Amino acid sequence: MSNVKMTVNGKAVSRDVPDTTLLSDFLRENLRLTGTHVGCDTSQCGACVVHVDGRAVKSCTVLAASLDGADVTTIEGIAPGKDDLHPMQTAFNAHHGLQCGFCTPGMIMSGIDMVNRYKAEGKALTEEAIRHELEGNICRCTGYHNIVRAIEDAAGQMDGMSKAAE
Amino acid sequence: MSEGIGARVARKEDKRFITGKGKYTDDIRMDNQAYAAFVRSPHAHARVTGIDASEAEAMEGVIAVHTGPDMKADGIGDIITGWAITSKDGNPMQCGVWNPMVTEMARYVGDAVAVVIAETQDLARRAAEMVAVDYEEMPAAVFADKALEDGAPQVHSNVPGNLIFNWEIGDEAATEAAMSGAHHITEMDITNNRLSPNAMEPRSAVAIFDEAEDHYTLYTTSQNPHVARLVLSAFYQVAPEHKLRVIAPDVGGGFGSKIYIYPEEIACLWASMKTGRSVKWTSDRSEAFMTDAHGRDHVTKAKMGFDADGKIVGFHVDTIANIGAYVSLFATATPTYLYGTLWSGVYDMPAIYGTVRAVHTNTVPVDAYRGAGRPEATYMIERMIETAAREMGMDPAELRRRNFIKEFPYQTQVILQYDSGDYFTILDKAQAAADVAGFAARKAESAARGKLRGMGYSTFVEACGIAPSAAVGSLGAAVGLWESAEVRVNPVGTVEVLTGCHSHGQGHETTFAQLVADRFGLPIDNVSIVHGDTDKTQFGMGTYGSRSGPVGMSAVMKALDKVEEKAKKIAAHVLEASEDDIVIEGGEAKVAGTDRAMGWHEVGLAAYTGHNLPEGMEPGLKETSFFDPVNFSFPSGALIAEVEVDPETGVTDLVSFTAVDDFGTIINPMIVEGQVHGGLVQGIGQALCEGVVYDDDGQLLTGSYMDYQMPRADNVPSFVLDHGCTPSPNNPLGLKGCGEAGAIGAPPAVINAITDAIGTNDLQMPATPQAVWMALQSAKTAMAAE
Repeated sequence: MSNVKMTVNGKAVSRDVPDTTLLSDFLRENLRLTGTHVGCDTSQCGACVVHVDGRAVKSCTVLAASLDGADVTTIEGIAPGKDDLHPMQTAFNAHHGLQCGFCTPGMIMSGIDMVNRYKAEGKALTEEAIRHELEGNICRCTGYHNIVRAIEDAAGQMDGMSKAAE
Repeated sequence: MSEGIGARVARKEDKRFITGKGKYTDDIRMDNQAYAAFVRSPHAHARVTGIDASEAEAMEGVIAVHTGPDMKADGIGDIITGWAITSKDGNPMQCGVWNPMVTEMARYVGDAVAVVIAETQDLARRAAEMVAVDYEEMPAAVFADKALEDGAPQVHSNVPGNLIFNWEIGDEAATEAAMSGAHHITEMDITNNRLSPNAMEPRSAVAIFDEAEDHYTLYTTSQNPHVARLVLSAFYQVAPEHKLRVIAPDVGGGFGSKIYIYPEEIACLWASMKTGRSVKWTSDRSEAFMTDAHGRDHVTKAKMGFDADGKIVGFHVDTIANIGAYVSLFATATPTYLYGTLWSGVYDMPAIYGTVRAVHTNTVPVDAYRGAGRPEATYMIERMIETAAREMGMDPAELRRRNFIKEFPYQTQVILQYDSGDYFTILDKAQAAADVAGFAARKAESAARGKLRGMGYSTFVEACGIAPSAAVGSLGAAVGLWESAEVRVNPVGTVEVLTGCHSHGQGHETTFAQLVADRFGLPIDNVSIVHGDTDKTQFGMGTYGSRSGPVGMSAVMKALDKVEEKAKKIAAHVLEASEDDIVIEGGEAKVAGTDRAMGWHEVGLAAYTGHNLPEGMEPGLKETSFFDPVNFSFPSGALIAEVEVDPETGVTDLVSFTAVDDFGTIINPMIVEGQVHGGLVQGIGQALCEGVVYDDDGQLLTGSYMDYQMPRADNVPSFVLDHGCTPSPNNPLGLKGCGEAGAIGAPPAVINAITDAIGTNDLQMPATPQAVWMALQSAKTAMAAE
């Protein structure tokens, strides 16, 4: 057993868990944050993507005990307020970027991460780049078309937000 | 902005999904939760000679280990099939017995032998590995054509030669005669590759037994919770129907694979009674590949005959369909009445005949997967006609136009009567959208870069809106396929629609609400859609076969008719006007041509206070309808794929894809487009990369996403879509259904484009780089030899 302390969605948490506990299980079973989904057992599908210290991570691929002191954000933690959604969430709704919703949390977390990285690196997030970046997220419902539209739109919104903040 | 029929409204249900608040079965945890894990056969065919669970049972935290014989002894029934097929010799089909857990013989890799119940999921899985099972291995029949050969291993002793049925459809003599007089005959061997449905949410079940009430609740990943309850109670006898509540909460995709009632749900319910604990099982992806019903898996020899003008004179089909180790719920309907009845395609064919032999093998059961039979028919017909055009030196679009059905209703030679369509217009639109005129220039430009460019068509029709009950009953179905709805107007005027359909991605909470918004001029936020819980909704048949629109929404429309009629009577009485003068719009009941009106909420209130109702009228405003369609609906489509193949590597780049569909009336274009996109990518996946592979011993080689290639975002382009519209005359809204079109139409368009590019028709799906490269080399060798 390990005592794992981390910050999840801005709140300090501490749990005693077996050393073998994956971050995805820690979030779902120990913290009951069930928005993070597990769709495969080979780190391929990306439904479990969360942010660890600002980087997108497949939570099924990392042990909770290895993240002592980390800052973790899940799908439940990205909206700025109760009635206020993140632009990526708004864009997925506006562009019908989800159907069954199961892959959606991972798609949104990957989408936010790619927009932030491309912006930090000063690179253009083209359709080709978005499709390439989504290689690690599988969706069976949407055919990706509207997910790409949503991320394109959100990238513009997020760019506008950060310009307004400057 | 209008939120009614035809409005591009954003989905009401999205908020819980984009904020991580969706409630899927695996998200549910009961206070007394225990976990199930299954001991599965590692062999495709083996006799179980002994099970020693003592080591597992001794582990701390293991609650119980139960086996197939235990289940049998408790009277749990065998798994049933829902559609009886008669062979052409008049004999009924022969099916092997499917015990939910193995009683004697394991018949596919993954067949459940025992179930372990333990305090944690991890412990249950570890304990399952400690259950020692003695197997006597037997030779396995794996491939359907080989399973029919003399001396092939027998999957079930009561099914000689592994032949479940040999079914026929059409007129054999007329077809033989037509073919003998044909000017040109195109012959092809066509394989329809075996697929795994791969809904992103793995199957899951939480079974709860309430000993005090002798009552069961099952949360499960189901497309049809009422059907699940009926089958679990009437046939598997885990609980009587009124003592069993089945809830399908948020379900993460189905595509057919969640229609069926699998051994795991039965075992969880039964184990919850045995142990007095709530029992949860959630499949992992490897288990899903091993146990979720697969799709397709046909091998076919087909001949299409043409006269000198390119008019089809006859079509002859000989198909072998792999059914797997056991006959799953719709497994027998899929390769017969959902397949052979579509052999006319969009073409006027005067003579059709064919047979389908359904075969047991030592593989996971095969059943309906998105499209179910119709993709197999479409792939065959559309490859045949494209190949025929090439052989006869004709333009493939022109050959299609020469054979298109022109007048509706059209009676095919294979039972179905098509309702409506305009195949010329959708093909014209597709050719314009895909810039067919500019293809030669694009091909030349590709060639200048050393690449091979190709274009392929698919024009198709599907039978959706499944299905008219009496018709399917006469063809062997054990159930009716009507749908139910209840519309409840609350005293404050808000509306609840209870539907027997189930939404697992289709967006019913929005589109069904749009019907109410359209009818009464209410905002969709004032309407809620209730589904997926047998305690809340009346019996309904669920969602599959593109039926929620044509059948489910039609039931809602009929119930709305009744509500409207009563509401008008109430308003006429209160407003002292003639019922014929009342119009309901904009959230009000008005007297036409006057300024007299009452709010919709006032109508609701009047209905429920009962203070001032017409004499003899019962209070309340709630109506029910069961809608049974008089025919299937027949959506059609014209698809054009354009590819660029790298001859050095065999890699195919799908450059563009155009889809022009005719779904009749469209409720929400945004949602319909989403259905098309998703279906297309499943069809493109089948064409380019997906395929279940078993080895000769029946070992599953594609057991994870490392081995089974799912289409990813960078495998597909953005799509160009357009629509035609010939409303179905057979339902109140003129709907035809849109859920399966993409998966049905896309595969031949892609393969026709690749074969156009590489200059040989000899290519089977999936067209992996290796398969395309090999086809190119064979074509080169053949050309050199000539």
